[in-house]
Amino acid sequence: MTAITADPAISGATPQGLPAGPRPEPPSPWAASVAFGWRALLKIKHVPEMLFDVIAIPVVFTLMFTYLFGGALAGSPHRYLQFILPGTLVMAVLLVTMYAGTGLATDRAKGITERFRAQPIWRLAPAAGALLGDIARYLLAAGLVALLGVAIGFRPAGGATSILAGIGLLLVFALALSWAWTTLGLLLRTPQAVTSAATVVLFPLTLASNVFVAPPTMPGWLQAFVSVNPVSHLVTAERALMAGAPAGGQIAWVLLASTILAAVFAPLTAWLYGRQR
Amino acid sequence: MNTAQATPEPARRNRSPSSGGPAIEAERLEKRFGDRRALAGVDLAVAPGTVFGLLGPNGAGKTTTVRILATLLAPDGGRARVAGHDVAAEPGLVRRAIALAGQSATVDEDLTGRENLVFLARLAGLRRAAAKARAAQLLAAFDLQEAAARQVKAYSGGMRRRLDLAASLIARAEVYFLDEPTTGLDPASRAQVHRLIRALAAGGATVLLTTQYLDEADQLAARIAVIDHGTVIAEGTPGQLKAAAGAGTLRIRLADPAQRPKARRALAGLLEVSVHDGADPAELTAQIPAAASGRPASGQAAAAVAELAWAGITVGEFALGQPSLEQVFLALTSQPPAGPAPTAAGLAPAASLATATGSPATTKGS
Repeated sequence: MTAITADPAISGATPQGLPAGPRPEPPSPWAASVAFGWRALLKIKHVPEMLFDVIAIPVVFTLMFTYLFGGALAGSPHRYLQFILPGTLVMAVLLVTMYAGTGLATDRAKGITERFRAQPIWRLAPAAGALLGDIARYLLAAGLVALLGVAIGFRPAGGATSILAGIGLLLVFALALSWAWTTLGLLLRTPQAVTSAATVVLFPLTLASNVFVAPPTMPGWLQAFVSVNPVSHLVTAERALMAGAPAGGQIAWVLLASTILAAVFAPLTAWLYGRQR
Repeated sequence: MNTAQATPEPARRNRSPSSGGPAIEAERLEKRFGDRRALAGVDLAVAPGTVFGLLGPNGAGKTTTVRILATLLAPDGGRARVAGHDVAAEPGLVRRAIALAGQSATVDEDLTGRENLVFLARLAGLRRAAAKARAAQLLAAFDLQEAAARQVKAYSGGMRRRLDLAASLIARAEVYFLDEPTTGLDPASRAQVHRLIRALAAGGATVLLTTQYLDEADQLAARIAVIDHGTVIAEGTPGQLKAAAGAGTLRIRLADPAQRPKARRALAGLLEVSVHDGADPAELTAQIPAAASGRPASGQAAAAVAELAWAGITVGEFALGQPSLEQVFLALTSQPPAGPAPTAAGLAPAASLATATGSPATTKGS
């Protein structure tokens, strides 16, 4: 039984909290992306355990590859380190590229996406902002590999600047590749599915490359794959850069692959995000 | 079956709401999810600056309708305009005019309440300082100041709901979609949300409110559409709907429980309905029919109580409750036995509503 009485508080006084003034202009694509990037960093601040793999993978890979394979493959861990470190760097960063994708899937699963999609913001802002936040992850992973590598004896001929240049190139490729995972993040229903799918692609992509050994010892069919694998070109470019050797051709190859990845998957992400369903 | 009739006149095309067209206009909206027909031709017309109630049970199609109007979902058939813009052809312009509070709390659980609001204020286009100020205002207005620095993860359901509503009010909108905004709120918060909704409309905004509660729609909405199985089964003012549905339950508490059998017989004779014993040994309840005898339900109830007094039965207190949503549905979906309901609704709508809203419906002493 509901006895309804007139509410005395409603007459006259408008409650606090009502929007005042005209509605502001919608944010620019950049401003909206920065807002999403800020949110990504806040999430890391509140859930630092999300950084576990970003820290563990570089440390474990750098030590494990160097000392596990070094003696057998190059005669000594120290000699192998000079060869493997650019590859370790690439692997450690590429294996943590799926965060933007899982983030989009999480938002969708929790319904937050609905709020974003009802707003007049750039369609790619949520994904682009997540990638901005991911730059922090990539830099952390790459920095750990580089520092640990130098600590155990990595001495590139190109010096410290060559390591920085290598990290820069790696960042470009990692960001381009991330668009593939944001696409997956909008196609698959759960964040776990995105992680699994990305891992299934990333492991062969990084292992079936020239990261560990030079391709000539491999069977022909595998050599064929390794030679077209963009990760091989990226690793070759990194090695050349850090050895102080000419790397222009390989760098161009990596930039081309990055452009193609972004040109295919960024519009796909935008389309999937805007799709009304 | 359009029991409470009064479908608004067809709106003219291609007008912005400033020129007087409806703020929300939907024609024959249809939507299927696999085998399930979620919407089977929904028509709506909502005048600017009013609160419109979309009333229905779970799964009736309320949320689907709201999602289509908020450009989140493409309809399979029909068309809709919001704030003068077609939702399919100009979704960007619609999004610039609306604010949405969805049914699930759409805030980030990992962030604090304050961070959520600042982030969403930046997305709404506010600059950093303005976003912080607006977040602080909203936290105060929604009584979330103490929890402002806590992660939303640790919030209660009601706090999440309030934060979600606060987020939807960051920037001014022409049309607000509030999907069951009071579900899960305690009575104080509910009353506060009601005040807010009234104030939004008083400020000139249009509010589409979905709810499962008739009393909520009754208190807030100028017009109500009742939706069931994906169609609007009735549309009208709250008074028209309630008149069509019957006035609800008369509940009488006797001063002396020993008089209950006598009172039951007397009431049954007066009202010509079956009278039930309440759980309280002094209590009796009766469903008052929908103005069946040509008199408003409030009049019938008052007369019955007076007759009891004449018969020497002392009434401790009595109250006339509103019909429940179930009763409205029963009345709207089953054939009413006594005459066509539209006529009855047309005859006596105002009186029962005035009784229910204007004065306290519970009277003590006799």
